Amino acid sequence: MAIKDYIRERFFPHIWCPGCGHGTVMNSLLRAIDSLGMSKNEIVMVSGIGCSSRISGYVDFHTLHTLHGRALAFATGVKLSLPELNLIVPMGDGDALAIGGNHFIHAARRNIDLTAIVMNNRIYGMTGGQYSPLSGYGTLATTAPYTNIDQSFDTVNLATAAGATFVARSTTYHVQQLAKILKQAILHEGFSVVEVLTQCPTYFGRKNRQGNAVDMMESYKKNTTPIGSKAKKENPDLIERGIFVQEERPEYCSEYDKIIKKAMA
Amino acid sequence: MAKPKLKSHLINPEWCKGCGICVHFCPKNVLELNDNDKVFPARPWDCICCKLCELRCPDFAIEVEIEQDEQ
Amino acid sequence: MKKENIKFIQGNEACVEGALYAGLDFFAGYPITPSTEIAELLSYRLPQVGGKFIQMEDEIASMSAIIGASLTGSKVMTATSGPGFSLMQEALGYAIMAEIPCVIVNVQRGGPSTGIPTHVSQGDVNQARWGTHGEHAIITITASNHQDVFETTVHAFNVSETYRTPVILLYDEVVGHMRERLIVPKKGELPLVGRLRTSVKEGVDYHPYLPREDGRLPMSDFGSVHRYNVTGLFHDMWGFPSDNPHIVHGLLRHLVDKIQNNVNQITRYKEHYLNDAEIVMISYGSSARSANHVVFSRRTRGEKLGLLELQTLWPFPYDLVREKCAKAKYIVVVEMNMGQIMQEVRKAVDQPEKVFLANRIDGVFITPTDIRNILRLIQGKGV
Repeated sequence: MAIKDYIRERFFPHIWCPGCGHGTVMNSLLRAIDSLGMSKNEIVMVSGIGCSSRISGYVDFHTLHTLHGRALAFATGVKLSLPELNLIVPMGDGDALAIGGNHFIHAARRNIDLTAIVMNNRIYGMTGGQYSPLSGYGTLATTAPYTNIDQSFDTVNLATAAGATFVARSTTYHVQQLAKILKQAILHEGFSVVEVLTQCPTYFGRKNRQGNAVDMMESYKKNTTPIGSKAKKENPDLIERGIFVQEERPEYCSEYDKIIKKAMA
Repeated sequence: MAKPKLKSHLINPEWCKGCGICVHFCPKNVLELNDNDKVFPARPWDCICCKLCELRCPDFAIEVEIEQDEQ
Repeated sequence: MKKENIKFIQGNEACVEGALYAGLDFFAGYPITPSTEIAELLSYRLPQVGGKFIQMEDEIASMSAIIGASLTGSKVMTATSGPGFSLMQEALGYAIMAEIPCVIVNVQRGGPSTGIPTHVSQGDVNQARWGTHGEHAIITITASNHQDVFETTVHAFNVSETYRTPVILLYDEVVGHMRERLIVPKKGELPLVGRLRTSVKEGVDYHPYLPREDGRLPMSDFGSVHRYNVTGLFHDMWGFPSDNPHIVHGLLRHLVDKIQNNVNQITRYKEHYLNDAEIVMISYGSSARSANHVVFSRRTRGEKLGLLELQTLWPFPYDLVREKCAKAKYIVVVEMNMGQIMQEVRKAVDQPEKVFLANRIDGVFITPTDIRNILRLIQGKGV
């Protein structure tokens, strides 16, 4: 398949568990990139730390595997110093929104042209299943043995409030929508956030009796709905999928180029 | 446009982890897991080349090869 | 001499001049006393030469951003003080592990914690060496006057590129904020080391972490023809993670040896009257200004004092120090902390019992009188 051109085959089979949604996210992402026809040399993938962030080792781009929570800060340096590059920043939910929360809101505020992919499996997988800011009230995790009392973020609302100009959500079940959304997110000139609901059957799934990978993906099918659908009106608990925000606003690097022109005049 | 015709399912048993996603979500029940928990096309003649197995596979282990028409 | 070449400026500005002279392209920073002027000046000067400046949301982001920028081929710098320097440690370790050239300025103030933001200390010496976790080596450079601030800044960029490593410029609040004359050298007067880029062609296997015969590691900019991985995990020559004991041992040895084995090339120092010195003073940073004054004024009275002014603190030049102190009756280390360099001097010399500390730790700049009083006590002469 054409997308095999974009992977570092010598490292396969990859380390993700059987049924882990991250592999599917990588699959959709590479199809999105393939459909854009960019040169591999133009693409820099910057990831943090965690199961999600291991994605950077498997793809054949310029890859920068950084520190827990700091991917967007590193990516800001890469992008601002060489704006011609295309920056894709996959992160975990804890990676992006717990330790990385501050960098997340500021990257959004700046509207710098990066594509942030929040691979939300609602758990800290790599360290064995601790709760994250996206786990949700009442769930179980190794550090929430009596159930979690933390309320969770709504990634879409958070990104929107912080100023992101492209905000979307999909799931590992809805692969065709996911690839389309990722393509648009990459094309968007500004800060894009794509939240992907992706299953961790090994920890989140098992601890919270959500079944195996197939069961979890069935629940993504059942419990999500397109934005503004009739189903949503009837059942407000459904999670909406689609593009929530798509605006054109001054992008950070082009604004800085104007500063340079001004300073050099 | 002519309906795509299946050439074959290219499956890499080294990469397949037997998660069962492709098997379960195949709209035509083409696929099954064998005794080694690796996917194989049990009913390839029913395949409609939707490629959802290929799109969803987390391990890049299955590819739906389509017959190229001679135009 | 053209008037434009002579400036009367703060040390922080001298550092900015040195960085721009060395070819700084990208600065990311966060305001903190007493380093803020560096960020302010660069926000003005960098875009004038097509460079990029960004004020990030915190020091962690600043250090992270400069690492990212360095990978696209830019010469990069950040500036901070104690509390910010503490925040930068994790990312600093990343730059060490991933062998990323970058310069980090720490204009020291009183610590620990919020400490005393507008007052001087030299308390971060050991933090510069060991602030980040894990076994590692680091280059740390300092200066006592503005001309040296300029030259050591250029030197910092040069060794950063030569050894593909982060370099810490450890100045202090007195040098940072005082005003003094600086003569900006002409273009070409000071040697500059540029980014070493690989000559490996497209399609040919490029190893980002394979040293050349001469020890240098050619880099390849993100965006050009070689696609490789950069990580903070232990890694092989291609940058991919490995926990293979042979690789781990080899990489760690390489990271440490490339600096520790080149102490002589990296070391910078100044010496005054050491040939026949009976009392050798060792100092650095703004303390050295006072130590210098004591040496010169005592010499006019016939006392045989000498000064070894260190400009490189890490890797510590043990052999140099032993050699220069060999004939001394007393060795007096002058610094504004509780003996961080004194401990290293004790390790270097043959007779550690001869090493004394003349220090001040109350936020007030150590004066020649302070030093003279301590010297008298050491010599048994009372106050």
